[in-house]
Amino acid sequence: MQGTLRGRDLLQPRSLADALKMLRNEGPLVPLAGCTDLYVSLNFGTLKATRFLDLWNLDALRGIELRGGALRIGALTTYTEIRRSATIRRRLPMLAAAAREIGGVQIQNRGTIGGNVANASPAGDTLPVLLAADAVVVLRSAAGVRRVPMTSFYTGYRQSVATPEELIVAFEIPPVRGRQWFRKVGTRAAQAIAKIVVAGVQDREPRLAMGSVGPVPLRLWQTERALGSGASLAEAQQTLQREIAPIDDLRSTAEYRRQVAANLVAQFWNSRSGTTPGR
Amino acid sequence: MRLTVNRRTVVVKAHPLTRLLDVLREECGLTGTKEGCGEGECGACTVLIDGQPVNSCLVPVAHARGTRITTIEGLAGSHPLQRAFVEQGGAQCGICTPGMIMAAAALGPHPTLEEIRTGLAGNLCRCTGYTAIYRSIQRASRR
Repeated sequence: MQGTLRGRDLLQPRSLADALKMLRNEGPLVPLAGCTDLYVSLNFGTLKATRFLDLWNLDALRGIELRGGALRIGALTTYTEIRRSATIRRRLPMLAAAAREIGGVQIQNRGTIGGNVANASPAGDTLPVLLAADAVVVLRSAAGVRRVPMTSFYTGYRQSVATPEELIVAFEIPPVRGRQWFRKVGTRAAQAIAKIVVAGVQDREPRLAMGSVGPVPLRLWQTERALGSGASLAEAQQTLQREIAPIDDLRSTAEYRRQVAANLVAQFWNSRSGTTPGR
Repeated sequence: MRLTVNRRTVVVKAHPLTRLLDVLREECGLTGTKEGCGEGECGACTVLIDGQPVNSCLVPVAHARGTRITTIEGLAGSHPLQRAFVEQGGAQCGICTPGMIMAAAALGPHPTLEEIRTGLAGNLCRCTGYTAIYRSIQRASRR
């Protein structure tokens, strides 16, 4: 390991209440759980944080359940748990599809959906799914609970509305009508980080969200409105080009991403290959 | 901190944020587990925690407390997978081999080729010996 552990502390709360108190009284703390993102920067010596809050054993943050018609997914739920869940496969198949393509089995066994959202990479694979599904992020602090729509959660590159005293504890997802669709474009199905990732719901009012085409994952409000109001595919693709702002980086180029994003909108709109959720 | 490694209890002194990989290799002397990329891409450091494959380079040792850890040494050299890898040429340079075998050990008893490919998608072989690796796993599953 290139990074050092000297001077670093791990606080280990016994309960969620305990964790929230530590965040309030002993912060700033960086929460950690599956460590599949955090340990990459720790290993390479680029992680500046020195004090960490261990969430891994807080079982109150795990689990998938239906509550009052909404699907509730605990923040510590792993990708393996998501892909194996009959409830998710029935209610939110595009999330199961995303979980299947994240890393390999080893990453899926540790990586969590809450970590994917908290890490806030514009390339995060579950983020377009949560955006297209109109998910709500449940945040808790020692002061209470608040619910923020995923579509207004991110405020800028790796920035969100969550305060340092708040933890992401769960996601609530209302029933999704229509055919769900997920597609990740990368160099390889496993392990590769997305060049572009997209999730969509085909309904009378279609919903579409994309990652790796801007500083934050984007809900494509204008493009989906164009598709839903009967505009031609070409018009919708032009709208898309105004709505996204891809860049050149180590994984791809802006030009490639613009072309692929347009192709993906066509594929989403023309294909019948997605999954319609069951009741 | 007490750990259960290959069915034995061991006491380690490491900082709770130490990578499980380093504790296994340096404190437990179990050097069968290899470090490849150190960032969860290659799977060379795969061990089982409660039967599930994980990248030990991404697991703080604090998270292994209270679990059952299995490393390549836990298969004792006589596991059907180990014998099949030898017989079928499943190992070339050998660095990826312990991780490949641990990931394969977590597959069900008779995996299909597709299940093998998916189950080992997180394990990279720089010698590109995948065909012989898949053959070894299929052969072992027939035993």
